[in-house]
Amino acid sequence: MNLLEVKNLGISFGGLRAVDNVNLLIEKGQLYGLIGPNGAGKTTVFNLLTGVYRPTDGTIKLDGVDLVGKSPSEICKSGIARTFQNIRLFKKMTVLDNVKTALHNQQGYSLAESFLHLGSYFKREKSMDEKALEILKVFDLDGQAHYLAGNLPYGKQRKLEIARGLATNPKLLLLDEPAAGMNPNETAELMDTIQLVRKRYGITILLIEHDMKLVSGICEKILVLNFGMELAAGTPEDVLNNPEVITAYLGE
Amino acid sequence: MGKGIFTVKNLIKLAAVIAVYLIIMTVMEGNFATRHFKSLLVPIGINIILAVSLNITTGFLGELSLGHAGFMAIGAYSGALFTIFAENHTGIPNSLAFLIGIIIGGIVAALFGVVIGIPVLRLKGDYLAIVTLAFGEIVRSIVNFLSVTGGARGLSGIPRYTNYKWTYAFVIITIVLLANFVKSRYGRVISSIRDNSIAAESIGIKVSNYKIMAFVIAAFFAGVAGVLFGHNLSILKPGNFDYNKSIEILVIVVLGGMGSIPGSVISAIILTLLPEFLRGASNYRMLLYSLALILIMLFNSSEIRQRLEDSGKFPKLPKLPKLKARAR
Amino acid sequence: MESIIEQFINGLRSGSIYALIALGYTMVYGIAKMINFAHGDIIMVGAYVLYVSITDLKMPVIPAVLFTIIVCAILGIVIEKVAYKPLRKAPPLAVLITAIGVSYLLQSVALLIFTANPITFKSIINLDTIKIGGITIPGITIVTLVVTSVCMIALTLFINKTKAGSAMRAVSEDKAAAQLMGINVNRTISLTFAIGSALAAVAGIMFICQFQSIKPTLGALPGIKAFVAAVLGGIGSVPGAMLGGILLGVIESLSKAYLSTELSDAIVFGVLVIVLLVKPSGLLGKNRIEKV
Repeated sequence: MNLLEVKNLGISFGGLRAVDNVNLLIEKGQLYGLIGPNGAGKTTVFNLLTGVYRPTDGTIKLDGVDLVGKSPSEICKSGIARTFQNIRLFKKMTVLDNVKTALHNQQGYSLAESFLHLGSYFKREKSMDEKALEILKVFDLDGQAHYLAGNLPYGKQRKLEIARGLATNPKLLLLDEPAAGMNPNETAELMDTIQLVRKRYGITILLIEHDMKLVSGICEKILVLNFGMELAAGTPEDVLNNPEVITAYLGE
Repeated sequence: MGKGIFTVKNLIKLAAVIAVYLIIMTVMEGNFATRHFKSLLVPIGINIILAVSLNITTGFLGELSLGHAGFMAIGAYSGALFTIFAENHTGIPNSLAFLIGIIIGGIVAALFGVVIGIPVLRLKGDYLAIVTLAFGEIVRSIVNFLSVTGGARGLSGIPRYTNYKWTYAFVIITIVLLANFVKSRYGRVISSIRDNSIAAESIGIKVSNYKIMAFVIAAFFAGVAGVLFGHNLSILKPGNFDYNKSIEILVIVVLGGMGSIPGSVISAIILTLLPEFLRGASNYRMLLYSLALILIMLFNSSEIRQRLEDSGKFPKLPKLPKLKARAR
Repeated sequence: MESIIEQFINGLRSGSIYALIALGYTMVYGIAKMINFAHGDIIMVGAYVLYVSITDLKMPVIPAVLFTIIVCAILGIVIEKVAYKPLRKAPPLAVLITAIGVSYLLQSVALLIFTANPITFKSIINLDTIKIGGITIPGITIVTLVVTSVCMIALTLFINKTKAGSAMRAVSEDKAAAQLMGINVNRTISLTFAIGSALAAVAGIMFICQFQSIKPTLGALPGIKAFVAAVLGGIGSVPGAMLGGILLGVIESLSKAYLSTELSDAIVFGVLVIVLLVKPSGLLGKNRIEKV
């Protein structure tokens, strides 16, 4: 069964066709790779899926629910979480509060309880703390829970962003170049964490990466974009041996 | 997180609140402070309420608001109109009328907070700042025009209900409620919008709603401060609420530290008293005040401060949030 | 009918003064990305300098005017160097607060020197009123319109046709790239402040020749309104500032004459709010999209 069904997705900015006729079928539980050279439109696809941009053409369905026209916050509530290429953390908040903010919609108490700290305030806050620490532990961030997010080293910031996305309890997690700027050791460790998260939370992951080798190592299926269009799709082996893909990456 | 309200820390805070009240009472009822000094306590309290509430929009939400005096004016006038009416036409006891007046002032100001919410949905950064400034000026100009508010002559005959007890009570209420609020899930959401609104939206937060929430809450307490202000002076004039007043409050918030409630309180006390202590050098008061402002800003971003902070000789203060990108 | 036209011309006069001031706001914003809150007070400084040079220094009119413009331009440069330049990497709010501090500083210095009592000033422009058909146009209005038009045309030519002007455009587009291209960014910023302040001085001279009274807070209200005009036209846009200023002046004048004097401020600010709601970047401003 397909979790995400994207058909004929396209967007134009003025005269520029940034994404054109992209189709994407992701099965539940899959780890899917989205690759392509710089400027191929990978991040734009993410922005379309998460409602940052509204597509000019095509349909996006998550679990059969149409997402086109919904706002980013509604799409998150429907079950898509994401990270950003240029890390976007709440830098002046603690690591713990970054994750707790993502739990906002799940652990409710009223505005009056917020002002008065009465009723279920303490109970809910406690359960949010527990939930957040549990997620942080997966990423080995629980020791730094009370650091300011902006003071974390770069690699940990990337992990925190994933943890925060995960806290929204998504069906589908979009990771935009999660290993960018990491050294090979950190990258390998991150990929292990991603695998672990997938198993533990049973979620589906769509991942943008530059590094073909890395993607082919962990992804079950890959879509290659070039100039906003599909260049190839299929298993890592098929895609890597596709002559058009090789040309796009290495040039003529 | 603690287990409930009755922690040792909270009991100490309660004791401090009572102790401060006793000190203030002794000063006010005793004979060792001058009349002039006594008359400063209410303005200090009003400025604390104004600064702490402005801190919600400017320090926690990260949107520069230059129209706080506008909300204050709306609260002041609506509260005063009610108490004048109640005194002349109903038999409501004075304290009850005042309490209702304070709530009315807060609610009416909060309703206007919703109005300012409309531009908040579409604008941010400098553009939103100028719209809040415009809002304050529009309020002043309309108050000046209407006859029910007394126009430019002002609204006089407001019962002098405000005293140090009322003021102290509302200062404490404001501080407790707003400090609780920023430590709640809503407070976290509002700070997250300041730090990165796009990321906040991506984790399922409807940014526009919470921005309006922050403005409405800030407006409510500004309105309350306005009612206290009006019932202290007994006369209200549109000129009390021009943009200089908004900027005065902003300066208190900034010097106290954006996003720091204790900072706002201390800064409000110092900046309300400072001009009075400088009264001896009356002519040089404004000059010193403005020089202090510039020098503190320059010092805050200087290398000297950075070095002092790094060497641990200077307490780290919360840094100013960056204003976000301009109009979208 | 005649009275409408007269009011319209009146609006053009005050609007062109707003436009001159708004140009200073918009140029500084374009280049330094800051709201120079002290800009309005340069008008006040200009007014006092003119007063001193004519009344106390007994200077002839033209040298006095030039002297005023030069003093204001230098003041603009000094303010930038002392108060704003150290804060270039600081958050915009810190710069804004500093600018507010500078504004209060200028006012309080003026208060110390000249006291709060308004000083009467006899206009240096003595041109007779002109009648065309049934329409009366005061001489001061004609002079103001001519002077402001000349200033605006000269500024437009300067920005578009000279090397220094294109340096200014480059710096406002991308400071770092401009630096790499060998443009002296510091000098360009100084130049911008100098020009902005010089225009404010001209506006100040026109302003006091109209109202013939000087006080320390005289720059505040026209400053705020000109700032509104700059935002209305699209802050950072030079033609926008001109358009915004003139529109603001005309709207203000017409609403004062036909609706209500008290409400004219509310109308002016209301128009700003509505324009921003419809077009969030102002009439001629560029839309900026935050990249995700």
